[in-house]
Amino acid sequence: MLVELIIAGFGGQGVMLMGQLLTYAGMKAGREVSWIPSYGPEMRGGTANCTVVLADEEIASPLPTEPNVIVVMNRPSLDKFAEKVKTGGKLFVNSSLVDKEVQRQDIEVIEVPANELALDLGIEKVANMVMLGAVVAKLGVVDLETVIDSLSEVLPAHRHNLLELNKKALQQGRELII
Amino acid sequence: MSDKILMKGNEAIAEAAIRAGCTHFFGYPITPQNELPAYMAEKLPEQGGVFLQAESEVAAINMVYGASAAGARVMTSSSSPGISLKAEGISYIAGAELPCVIVNMVRAGPGLGGIGPSQSDYFQATKGMAHGDFRLAVLAPDSVQEAVDLTRQAFDIADKYRNPVMILGDGVIGQMMEPVEFKEIDSPELPEKDWIVDGAEGRERNIIHSLRLKTEDLTEHNWKLARKYEQMQEDEVRYEEKLMDDAEVAIVAYGTTARVVKTAIKEARAEGIKVGLIRPISLFPFPKKVIKKAAQQVDCFLTVEMSTGQMVEDVRLAVNGERSVAFYGSPGGAVPSPAEILVKLKEVME
Amino acid sequence: MEELAGRPKSLTEQEFHYCPGCTHGIVHRLVAEVIDELDIQEQTIGIAPVGCAVLAYDYFDLDMLEAAHGRPPAVATGIKRVHPDKVVFTYQGDGDYASIGTAESVHAASRGERITTVFINNAIYGMTGGQMAPTTLEGQKATTAPRGRDTKEAGFPLQMSEMLATLEGAVYVARVSVDTPQRIKQAKEAIKKAFKVQLKGLGYALVEVLSTCPTNWGLSPQQALDWLEDNMIPYYPLGELKSVGEVE
Repeated sequence: MLVELIIAGFGGQGVMLMGQLLTYAGMKAGREVSWIPSYGPEMRGGTANCTVVLADEEIASPLPTEPNVIVVMNRPSLDKFAEKVKTGGKLFVNSSLVDKEVQRQDIEVIEVPANELALDLGIEKVANMVMLGAVVAKLGVVDLETVIDSLSEVLPAHRHNLLELNKKALQQGRELII
Repeated sequence: MSDKILMKGNEAIAEAAIRAGCTHFFGYPITPQNELPAYMAEKLPEQGGVFLQAESEVAAINMVYGASAAGARVMTSSSSPGISLKAEGISYIAGAELPCVIVNMVRAGPGLGGIGPSQSDYFQATKGMAHGDFRLAVLAPDSVQEAVDLTRQAFDIADKYRNPVMILGDGVIGQMMEPVEFKEIDSPELPEKDWIVDGAEGRERNIIHSLRLKTEDLTEHNWKLARKYEQMQEDEVRYEEKLMDDAEVAIVAYGTTARVVKTAIKEARAEGIKVGLIRPISLFPFPKKVIKKAAQQVDCFLTVEMSTGQMVEDVRLAVNGERSVAFYGSPGGAVPSPAEILVKLKEVME
Repeated sequence: MEELAGRPKSLTEQEFHYCPGCTHGIVHRLVAEVIDELDIQEQTIGIAPVGCAVLAYDYFDLDMLEAAHGRPPAVATGIKRVHPDKVVFTYQGDGDYASIGTAESVHAASRGERITTVFINNAIYGMTGGQMAPTTLEGQKATTAPRGRDTKEAGFPLQMSEMLATLEGAVYVARVSVDTPQRIKQAKEAIKKAFKVQLKGLGYALVEVLSTCPTNWGLSPQQALDWLEDNMIPYYPLGELKSVGEVE
């Protein structure tokens, strides 16, 4: 098992947290894991992305050049990353914010209306967790329960009032897949 | 579940330093190492230590000079342009024979350069970096766990030799999160710090200085420093060898680049290419013996660096003309891909 | 027989290397006397600069450290943050304190670092042979200002004490001179107060000492004292510029 994954969106969408949560859950599940953010001026208002590797054996390069899973939370990220998914890989698209059709036939495209589903829960902010719930359910490399269990350890203490909401959002995303 | 926790390289190094007994930290903001001082600012005061944001890198390293002279385990961190500013102070610290740990999360230069990961400060780190005849011990981790382990060792090496030690990482090592374990390690026997300045209460006074106006004094002092560096060459060489047993080609790479090379080697081996890795962990002292030995076995070497070719000079010195040493570099702040390395490897083998 | 005058305990037996008529020796002695009188020899760490006083570590019988040019306030900060209960002072010339080390000087003062600085202002670079200092007066000649300091080219002499007195963290700032016996007494009082300020933990303390450099001024020792009185004191007025908080 080797999942090499990039999550991209704009600053404020919580893409770093999505990656960290998945990485943390992977570690809890006994996988080898690594997480690398984009950093520097591009963090300020522009697009942000992070790279996650989940593996059964020691991770050599933590910087995959051909990721087999890419998650795009907005249109600029789709433009930047759609071509980079490895043949046979998966592309998750936040269809609430991306209206462009993906032309590639050699990959599986999974559309998740993350913002709309989040709004159903009352707060758009948890769109990232909706998407992550869908990604985790689809990939099947980590149980969603492990991700939910990781929430309290990854979210800073002052955000713990949002634990329940994040949990619901993750479950909402899963339900879209199963 | 193990005892591992998921941490960023920068934060893990800070935590490792605190666990190694580092009580004082002086620094100045620069990307990509900012999480390290921020972690220190949060944690050190809780433990009775001191974090101080200095007015400049120049001031920060001189605060390190003072705190080390006063007997504390002390650290500073920066990235390339900031390390250049610290160079003056580092020369004084080495000249005055004081221990300290300096972290350089290298970014691509020269000048302001970029903020991408780079290994273009190899010369600066390993060749003395500032005026005068001195060296730093330089340790280059390739994972967050190794960064943690080496940070602990760095403080011990610094105290053992009374010399500054540098942890040389890059943006990837600093920013990456990986699971780490903080192992309880017994301290080695270290010399007593009977040279510190803390007010000469009930003892002879101590003087800490690098000025030696008499040529015979300075000559003796410089030979003394040289002997320390020779001793490091004997006792402090660290490296990793991977798949070298039957290797016909050896790739030499360190830090983040070595991680990518490991992937490239996996792919090459799948194609039947007998290639192995020699990864220097201590860049000074450089593992020249292991490379010299490999020269008796392999047909050629390939050095891969995120620079236009710096460590390759040390590899060539160690190989001493017995085999060809090729080079592949990525000097602009980008990590080379395994595919690029594989192409170069095949070219070298022809 | 009672000894009326002798070498302060806090000075070593080493003879000063300073030129005839140079006032460094007087200031060294004043600092040592103050340390003796406050009985803090065994808790004091001194920092020597780069400049004529670079060998101050040979003269003060204290734990001493020699710093890079201009960096003593940063080094002192490092020491003081490790040993907040000890006394730390820097002894610096005008090139060290007011030129290459201005940032370190200003920020140590601004932080209210609990250290004491004795700042020797003789309006010239001594050790390197008479170059223009940040404090060289308008029209004053130096090897790098052979026609005299032209303020249109080289700007104006820096009044460090006035500048630093504006900072909250600098709680004691005084300018003194050592050109007459009476002023030497006043200088000693100011230096003593600057150490007491530190012992009380009030903040940063600075004593600027107007000094002579007959060799590089090209004057005899007596002429140098007169020149200081006639030229330096009008531009660098004496007195306590700032004193916040009780030290007794």
